[in-house]
Amino acid sequence: MLVLDNVDAHYGKSHVLHGVSIEVRAGEVVGLLGRNGVGKTTTLKAIMGMARRTGGRITFEGRDLQGVPPHGLAGLGIAWVPEERRIFRLLTVLENLRTGLDRPGMTPARREALLEKVYAYFPILRERRNQAGGTLSGGEQQMLAIARAMVLEPKIILLDEPTEGLMPRMVAQIQEIVHALHRDGVTILLVEQNVPLTLDAAGRVYIMEKGTVRHHASAAELRADQRVIHEYLGI
Amino acid sequence: MSALTESAPLLKTEGLTVRFGGLAAVNNVSIAVPRGEIRGIIGPNGAGKSTFFNSLTGVIRPTGGRIVFDGEDIAGLPPHVISRKAIARSYQITNILPGATVLENVRIASQSRRHNWSMLRHHRSYGDVIARARAVLADVGLGGKEDELASNLSHGEQRNLEIGIALATEPKLLCLDEPTAGMSVSETHATVDLIRRIGRDLTILIVEHDMEVVMGLAHTITVLNYGEVLAEGGPAEIQANPRVQEVYLKT
Amino acid sequence: MDQIIIQTLHGLVNGMVLAMVASGLTLIFGIMDIVNFAHGDLLMLGAFTGATVLGMTGSYWLALIVAAIVIAILGALLQVTTLRPLIGRDPLTTILATFGVSLVVQKYALWQWGPSVRQISVPVGGDFNLFYLQYPWYRIVTALLAGLIITALWLFLKYGKYGIWIRATTQDRVMAQAMGIPVPLVYTGVFAIGSAMAAASGVLFGPFAGVTQTMGFDFTLRAFIVVVVGGMGNLGGSILASIFVSLLESYAAIVVSPAQAVIVSFVVLVLTMLFRPTGLFVPTPK
Repeated sequence: MLVLDNVDAHYGKSHVLHGVSIEVRAGEVVGLLGRNGVGKTTTLKAIMGMARRTGGRITFEGRDLQGVPPHGLAGLGIAWVPEERRIFRLLTVLENLRTGLDRPGMTPARREALLEKVYAYFPILRERRNQAGGTLSGGEQQMLAIARAMVLEPKIILLDEPTEGLMPRMVAQIQEIVHALHRDGVTILLVEQNVPLTLDAAGRVYIMEKGTVRHHASAAELRADQRVIHEYLGI
Repeated sequence: MSALTESAPLLKTEGLTVRFGGLAAVNNVSIAVPRGEIRGIIGPNGAGKSTFFNSLTGVIRPTGGRIVFDGEDIAGLPPHVISRKAIARSYQITNILPGATVLENVRIASQSRRHNWSMLRHHRSYGDVIARARAVLADVGLGGKEDELASNLSHGEQRNLEIGIALATEPKLLCLDEPTAGMSVSETHATVDLIRRIGRDLTILIVEHDMEVVMGLAHTITVLNYGEVLAEGGPAEIQANPRVQEVYLKT
Repeated sequence: MDQIIIQTLHGLVNGMVLAMVASGLTLIFGIMDIVNFAHGDLLMLGAFTGATVLGMTGSYWLALIVAAIVIAILGALLQVTTLRPLIGRDPLTTILATFGVSLVVQKYALWQWGPSVRQISVPVGGDFNLFYLQYPWYRIVTALLAGLIITALWLFLKYGKYGIWIRATTQDRVMAQAMGIPVPLVYTGVFAIGSAMAAASGVLFGPFAGVTQTMGFDFTLRAFIVVVVGGMGNLGGSILASIFVSLLESYAAIVVSPAQAVIVSFVVLVLTMLFRPTGLFVPTPK
């Protein structure tokens, strides 16, 4: 579904991605692991058109993403849950969701149904639906960010470090949500530093270091032999 | 490595705390860096490394504790005063002057150290400033690029120029904030060599994510987690420490 | 004493008209960081267009609506042709661009309508009796209409689907794009709304002092002062600031000439920049 083929990217002069090749097939949860600063978030930003792609190709369902304007990606079925969550702080929870609910072609019935589905996943959001996004706790904001992506009814969700800065209890909740989304048939590209969560949730895992993919294996293989993990993510 | 143990530490923090509202980004951190050491500061995301760094260099005011540099209390002093006390730092976002040549960038920094308010000094008396600048450029491997516009340098060269600019102020303590961020493997190796070279006559504090860099360069490593010191020791010790592994692998 | 009551009414009425102008300006600045020096000139074009329509049809209300629509379209065209290509460039570039537009628009108006002052006749005649004082009905109607329009804008932003798009884009353009919101269109839309409000203000203000090519300048100036005092990008703040500053000016006009009363606005501006630079009516950032 999503293919990065030998992608190079730059931030200004800084050459941050070197020949990154990643593939995500429909229905999969694919993990992207690596320490801080290795280029995981940059890879997602390259997909979203936010980092300057200077080499290689990125295709989604066969279509080259070069030249697609930034606001066109949601329409193609790509949803992004950024590392900093980026909740619209001055909008209420419901208004945050409406930014995705009010798409062309949405009937009131479908909107209602989607909203109910999202509230079922995240009951706390129903409770806080008229509260400003900025007043939510970190964990609640993460849930809102994921819910906001879900209401786009995406084909793929780019999840960037959803457990960062969250307490262990919330991490477990996020893990549950990723599982539930997977069961629902949503394709996910999961960027994380949390190894156990990633190995549990993902089928296949890519490991990055210094702007490039260094290793690629199934989660099962990595669980069985932890040496690779220690080499690239340990100290 | 120069003599480490006899003299008092060049930099010492005692119970350093930085609170933002209710959150302690740096919580009761006490470290002692001897003269001539290369000290690495590592820790997972959000461990407080940047905040710690910023409080050392005067960018952030600590809420509690002491910072003692060369025997002097410097906690809470503004950055320009701290700079005059011979602490220099490099920044994550390159701070070079793109419109000036490589030599000019370093010369300006060097001049700030050997500053004299007289406007009537003969240009020949700036010879020592320029000589110093040239020496620094040689140190950071940019000797052949004196007259290049700084904006024409590659990313790795620009980061090294940053280090040169910091060096030109003749610091006793050099603080490097992720000096190899965004560099390719070869650029990283070049910078590690550079740091090792200049580390012979200098005390260096380095915050880094690249484990190879830190393990290869640092004499001692301080590991921060949730704003507190989790462990401290030589590279081998730290690598063998199961608690540190836990924190990084979140097992 | 009568003077004070009259001046209070003047202040409130002028304040409401200014609030309409300033709302558009602060909306435009808040969402796309554009300092629109041509804003007052859009007001002027609106006034002239209104005068022309009034001359052709005799209907004031039609003039108001047509002027707003025509200038909205003009504003949108301006934004697409001169400002959209400049997105991402040095802010100074857009300031120069809007300044250039201002000059062109003023000369165009001169060419199109000639140098003589146009009149917009008052749609509602007669005076309103407050105790023993008389105050023109029209001015009160103006204030009420302005209030209505501003309320409509507020409701649109708060509850309308596109209002949410505008607010989301203002807060985080990148995330808004990631949600599929067509940000370039939103920018054009906001510019059109701002232009429409300026144009409507022009028609409302027309009967007060006649329509001339240079009438826009005073408004641009005051609108900027008010936007800064109210907090840039802060809609509620600019409305409060408009009324506040206009009232102060009106009271000052009791003691000095109206031309000199403008100094009061500048004093308020300077004080705001010195002590509360984020805006008088904005809670101090922590």
